[in-house]
Amino acid sequence: MDIKPEEMIKINTKPPAKHWMDIPADLSEGKFCYPAKAKSLEYLHLPNPRDWSPADEDWKLPENWQQIIHEGFKERLDKYRSLKVFMDVCVRCGACADKCHFYIGSGDPKNMPVLRAELLRSIYRNDFTTLGKIFGRLAGARKLTPLVIKEWFSYFYQCTECRRCSVFCPYGIDTAEITMMARELLNLIGVNIHWIKDPVSNCSRTGNHLGIQPQNFKEIIEFFCEDIEEITGVAINPSFNRKGAEVLFVTPSGDAFADPGTYTFMGYLMLFEHIGLDYTLSTYASEGGNFGLFTSSDMMKKLNAKMYHEAKRLGVKYIIGGECGHMWRVINQYMDTMNGPADFLDVPKSPITGTVFENAASTKMIHIAEFTADLIKHNKLKLDPKRNDHLKVTWHDSCNTARAMGLLDEPRHVLNAVCNNVFEMPPSTTREYTFCCGSGSGTNTEEIMEQRLRGGLPRANAVKYVHDKYGVNMLGCVCAIDRAVLPPLMNYWVPGVEVTGLHELVGNALVMDGEIERTMNLRMEDLPGAEGDSDE
Amino acid sequence: MSLNIIMSLVAVVVLGAIAFVGGSVPGLQSVFGIWIPYAAVAVFFLGFAYRIFKWAKSPVPFRIPTTCGQQKSLSWIKQNKIDNPSSTKAVILRMFFEIVTFRSLFRNTKSEIKGDRISYEWEIWLWLAALAFHYSFLAVLFRHLRFFLEPVPYCVKIVETLDSFFQVGLPVVFASGIVLFAAVLYLFARRVMIPQVKYISLIADYFPLFLILGIAGTGLYMRYFLRVDIVAIKTLTMGLVTLKPLIPANVSSMLFVHLFLISTLLVYFPFSKLMHMGGVFLSPTRNMANNSRMKRHINPWNPDLEFVTYEKYENDFREKMIEAGLPVEKES
Repeated sequence: MDIKPEEMIKINTKPPAKHWMDIPADLSEGKFCYPAKAKSLEYLHLPNPRDWSPADEDWKLPENWQQIIHEGFKERLDKYRSLKVFMDVCVRCGACADKCHFYIGSGDPKNMPVLRAELLRSIYRNDFTTLGKIFGRLAGARKLTPLVIKEWFSYFYQCTECRRCSVFCPYGIDTAEITMMARELLNLIGVNIHWIKDPVSNCSRTGNHLGIQPQNFKEIIEFFCEDIEEITGVAINPSFNRKGAEVLFVTPSGDAFADPGTYTFMGYLMLFEHIGLDYTLSTYASEGGNFGLFTSSDMMKKLNAKMYHEAKRLGVKYIIGGECGHMWRVINQYMDTMNGPADFLDVPKSPITGTVFENAASTKMIHIAEFTADLIKHNKLKLDPKRNDHLKVTWHDSCNTARAMGLLDEPRHVLNAVCNNVFEMPPSTTREYTFCCGSGSGTNTEEIMEQRLRGGLPRANAVKYVHDKYGVNMLGCVCAIDRAVLPPLMNYWVPGVEVTGLHELVGNALVMDGEIERTMNLRMEDLPGAEGDSDE
Repeated sequence: MSLNIIMSLVAVVVLGAIAFVGGSVPGLQSVFGIWIPYAAVAVFFLGFAYRIFKWAKSPVPFRIPTTCGQQKSLSWIKQNKIDNPSSTKAVILRMFFEIVTFRSLFRNTKSEIKGDRISYEWEIWLWLAALAFHYSFLAVLFRHLRFFLEPVPYCVKIVETLDSFFQVGLPVVFASGIVLFAAVLYLFARRVMIPQVKYISLIADYFPLFLILGIAGTGLYMRYFLRVDIVAIKTLTMGLVTLKPLIPANVSSMLFVHLFLISTLLVYFPFSKLMHMGGVFLSPTRNMANNSRMKRHINPWNPDLEFVTYEKYENDFREKMIEAGLPVEKES
């Protein structure tokens, strides 16, 4: 990044002199996500596949694009009370303004949630309200022009659907909901981004975002098992697509693909081996994440359908889901409604502790942090937290698990059992007030790195606080996107802080039956003090 | 001053002037004192109901509460029942605090970058002003029942007593009217003085503020300065509620301004952002329980969609799967 951190943090919050309707979006190179390729759209049977660039003057929109947007808008107003109410009730009090990480990090007024919503609302007023039709701009309405589409494309991909603004809004207006609707509308005219559409089309075919084919998926996991054996001396043979297993385990494919998520995956495998869980992995339902959520409710449903479909085929009793943020938004708030009822599954019951997870009585899917917290509470795991003593860990609540679920204390219970040095960030930046990594909702793509670093500033700044104050050197999280994007964020703003998933820490602290003395952690780094080394 | 402010102010002044002139012309007094108020009340109630009906007509396909605390999960983990409710009772409690105490607004913080640190300070003033505004408005409204009920109910008298708690001298000074006026002034000042808020402000934001300022201002002016003939006013208002409308002699023109601005507010209300009063009850991120893993939520338009089934997947990858030793449904 050309801009130095001490320069980037100097943010101009003074709004421009010009009215926002008169300022076109900046779509120069580096300011936009690359568009989806024609072949991804064709594969997904989505409208208007073509090759184009947001930097182009002409976006090659379909001939009747205005009509498509108008009708699409109307359809969604009729389908979603949320959209209708949120279009009408905002009083522009501005309480949401400086709650958005993108606004804090950029100072661009169109990144204030209220103004982001006005981008859509102005068209709503023009098309669907009497005052807007009569008074036009005086009533805050404007005509739908190609510039509006360009602005939507720019700013609805500068929202990560983190819902932080919604916590502060006196009417609970949720910009995530508004962004989702705007993105659906853009999808209707073929305006979408590569970083979302490519995973979605991969996921449709191969079962996971990364396009890992079945044989490769198996190889990757077997490779993890080799590493685990080298580190712990314990051989693990997980099963794939096995009928009759008690549990189907589904986690984001990012954990199979890139560090440090891979270490988290190793942690899962070690935990399940240690407790003797009767589980299987699926190469078909090999994706917990769901980039359909960032596309349209239909696409979300289609991608999510695989989990229950596979659970039914394999005849498992219930599903455990791995560490992922938006995956859990889908599972907690959408899955059962979209693809249920899961009446072929049982209410999850831990085979080790006997705990029945009544909170998942209908969905029949539990979060691994819930499962592990229960094991630890019942003293079913032998843990040696000293192995994590070289780490000073702080905890990042992922947006979706915090604000679309409320999974806050389960991971902390696990964390405190496996680590001795845990330091919380300031309370205005954790739990329901947590700040987004800046790269969520399918925007974790390289070409907009500056946007990501700016959006991640509030998160990074809070980490820097505990880094400076307590020497924190590890940032823990339960989200695969976090694990992919927080390392470059930390590297830029808070060098010296690494990123880990919860179950990597569990894997390191876990004392497995028959294991050799650990000299390495899951990253194959030497453990301080191991092999008789002194601490010096 | 921006054009939006000027236009809103001008609009309210013009409305007031029209009513002042109209109220001074004997032939028009019944228009401003009787027919417009009647029409306005009708538009308000019908419009309000229409808007609520329109919102309610759209379904809530998904259960999307914003969770602001610990979920219900393991028995030994303490759930935050209000901010992450899982039962209807808790949702009612959450809504109660939201509507009665503006709980979400209470959380408001102000972020500021100082050097290399971002700080978040609790910002209570917007919440306080909003609360002062709404409750003083409510108190004023309630006190006005005196004009529409005969005899004046005991509860109205109690509110009056409480409201004049800090009274010094005569006439009795009601705190609510003054707080209302001051709170609206604060909300206006805030809108103009915070550059970000000014940047997003529309006529639709200034106009109601000026309108309410006009209503409160004319009220205060009549009560404390003009010392208008209360008996005459009550004759008029009682005429309105008993559906035997009449315009008594001796009614101040200022009353017609007051009434006309109120009528404007009533007509404007259902077609404006002021409908947040009804909308807050219907906000799906606040009025739903976070229990969608416990109990299936039904989407009335849940579409049937074709997805890539396991069968299709296996057909696509069968040979590779067999080669890798993965179990398959069909060998070829």
